[in-house]
Amino acid sequence: MKLTKTLLATTALTVAAGMVNADGHMSSEMTIVSWGGAYSASQKGAYHDPYAEANGVTIINDDSSAEAVAKLRAMSEAGNVTWDVVDVVAADAIRLCDEGLALEIDADTMLANAPDGTKASEDFGDLLVSDCFIPQIVYSTTFGYRTDLVGDTAPTTVCAVFDTEAYPGKRSLEKRPINNMEWALLCDGVAKDAVYDVLATEEGQQQALDKLATIKDDVIWWSAGADTPQLLADGEVIMGSTYNGRLFAAIEEQKLPVAMLWDAQVFDLDGWIIPAGLSEERQARALDYIMFATDTQRLADQAQYISYGPARKSSAPLVGKHKTLGIDMAPHMPTDPNNAKNTFLYNYEFWADYRDDIDAKFQAWLAK
Amino acid sequence: MSDSTANGLVLAADGTPLKRSLSRAMRRQKIRAFMLVAPLLIFVLLTFIYPIGVMLSRSVQNDIVPETLPETVRVLGAWDASSGELPDEAVYAAFMRDMSVAIEAKRHTRLGSRLNYEKTGFSSMFRQSGRKMKKLDPVTDAPFKNKLIKIHKGWGDVETWKTLQTYSGLYTSGYFLNAVDARMTPEGMAWQPEDKQILLKLFGRTLVMSLIITGSCILLGYPIAWLLANVSPRNANLLLILVLLPFWTSLLVRTSAWKVMLQQNGVINEVLVWIGLVPDGDRLILINNEFGTIVAMTHILLPFMILPMYSVMQTIPPVYLRAAKSMGATNWTAFWRVYFPQSIPGIGAGSILVFILSIGYYITPEIVGGTKGVFISNRIAYHISSSLNWGLAAALGTILLIVVLALYWAYDRIVGIDNVKLG
Repeated sequence: MKLTKTLLATTALTVAAGMVNADGHMSSEMTIVSWGGAYSASQKGAYHDPYAEANGVTIINDDSSAEAVAKLRAMSEAGNVTWDVVDVVAADAIRLCDEGLALEIDADTMLANAPDGTKASEDFGDLLVSDCFIPQIVYSTTFGYRTDLVGDTAPTTVCAVFDTEAYPGKRSLEKRPINNMEWALLCDGVAKDAVYDVLATEEGQQQALDKLATIKDDVIWWSAGADTPQLLADGEVIMGSTYNGRLFAAIEEQKLPVAMLWDAQVFDLDGWIIPAGLSEERQARALDYIMFATDTQRLADQAQYISYGPARKSSAPLVGKHKTLGIDMAPHMPTDPNNAKNTFLYNYEFWADYRDDIDAKFQAWLAK
Repeated sequence: MSDSTANGLVLAADGTPLKRSLSRAMRRQKIRAFMLVAPLLIFVLLTFIYPIGVMLSRSVQNDIVPETLPETVRVLGAWDASSGELPDEAVYAAFMRDMSVAIEAKRHTRLGSRLNYEKTGFSSMFRQSGRKMKKLDPVTDAPFKNKLIKIHKGWGDVETWKTLQTYSGLYTSGYFLNAVDARMTPEGMAWQPEDKQILLKLFGRTLVMSLIITGSCILLGYPIAWLLANVSPRNANLLLILVLLPFWTSLLVRTSAWKVMLQQNGVINEVLVWIGLVPDGDRLILINNEFGTIVAMTHILLPFMILPMYSVMQTIPPVYLRAAKSMGATNWTAFWRVYFPQSIPGIGAGSILVFILSIGYYITPEIVGGTKGVFISNRIAYHISSSLNWGLAAALGTILLIVVLALYWAYDRIVGIDNVKLG
């Protein structure tokens, strides 16, 4: 075992040495892990290409974000981390930070200040939900509905999902407790501020499941973000939850008769982490990239490609038009005041504690 | 060639006893054979057996607790959990010392995630306490009992310490108990609350559905294999390509294609409504349930059944059937008494392949299974990649492996493993 480790270490060193840039302290190649599809394309346009061009760095894309936590843990146990920057959702970043797999970031020294000199920690504000996490976008999980299949009165509140009399037909929900439990309680008369207190109790969890049980026969459960747009397109469901960017693509790019129901959208964050234990050169390169890719202008640039809101306050005024469609992107942002009248912020601490417990109950309930 | 000596030993030409000479020659042969196999053996050991062994051993490992909190675990051993009273200051002081080391090394949050699998709330308790305990000095700030309880009320909960005591060993049976819907409590083993019991049900469902899938593969595959073995070689090749074609298509594409076919506004339902067999308002639910899983998986695994059957049937001489008929057997008797018994080794091989493959499937059930068609592998995947509870995933995997081996053994006893042929 020792021999293999030494061998691996020497190989890693040689490889790392080969990648060191002419200036001698940053590697000239980096592997960036993200989600693939339109999302990776938006990052390529806004971050990777300009960065690679300015610095002469080769950027290798790896679409492994969905399994990033497990893979990083395996890599770290094998003592050979091959990723330099990894795009994960905030909940995964918290888990990685807890496991000691991600580098701790000091926002004020490692990230760029806003153009007006505001400190990064203030510019990101509450969105810095973990010591290791650099937020990039705000996305939301929300509902879209088929305008031609919901009858004369279009739904205006999230509780339409639970109202099978006014809106008969199937709906699609994600096959996990997160978000669904919150919506169920909201529509069962629990006040917004009290949702997580209620959900922390056995009775509250049962209450949420009981509410979901009222529509269980009318639900198609999804596990991939692309499912709901497909189900809406085929008329399999009349409304369904998914990420707002997917619905934007269905509405504006594919011109489907679908509309957004922004009510009680759940805000979530996606952003970067840098794996712990990188060699000095690679870590320096990763930090340099992060400094560039999360500054005010770059975050605003990403919104030209995809309808997710930049995580910096200072980026919001800079959001312009869609690169190919030429439409104004601001009204499609989940953070736009018109869309964000009634929002819900994913409670990371709560779900880090309760996820396993509630997930077991939820899956047992599903299988009933 | 050899002579018998006075004491009756048979000698080889060079005078050594023939037995020894023979065994030496055999040994050399064995070593040569072994050397030839050695590269593969080492490869398999290093890349297959060893990693799997390491992974499976996680199902009992619990060293993170005694290694992160060595002193606490020792002192806590003397505490009587049934007294219903909190442990005394010695435990809190030991815990404080252990934690200040762990916080320094940023290991306390890992421990919190580990223990959160057993008791909800540990994750945030360790994370939040870590931030505040960092400011305390493990020597000068004593006593700690009240300070810690002030930092997080969880440290004033007897259940917290009970859980720590229960999971303080280097090894634990807790993961295996969790894997069969039970759990370890300070008082011994107990079943999970009813609303959390799901894994045994999924094990059962996985086995039953895999059997159904294997059965439908036999039913669908047998006639095709027979056809393949009995048409002219030119047509057989063409048919074989049709059988193999799906192999060259991505698994995800094939599974998604079934969605288009089977959904309520899908091809099959549209046709049935158009013909008038099914009323428009009452379309059949063909996907996101057991049926969808069985259909999609049968389709995907069918080639694994057809190929071994085909290669076995090819070796059955057609003259036997003609002979049987010439002696007065009906078509059915000739098939059932003469042909079918000879094709059984192919069915056996195909069934084992399909059954073992389907028992570990998770992508297809995840996509088309809905709520009633998911397998135990979906839970294993969840625990590997989402909850990071690798101990539980390893325990589930171990149980699955044992079940497969047991079924294999039963198959050997009932049918006989010699009676399996791949061609």
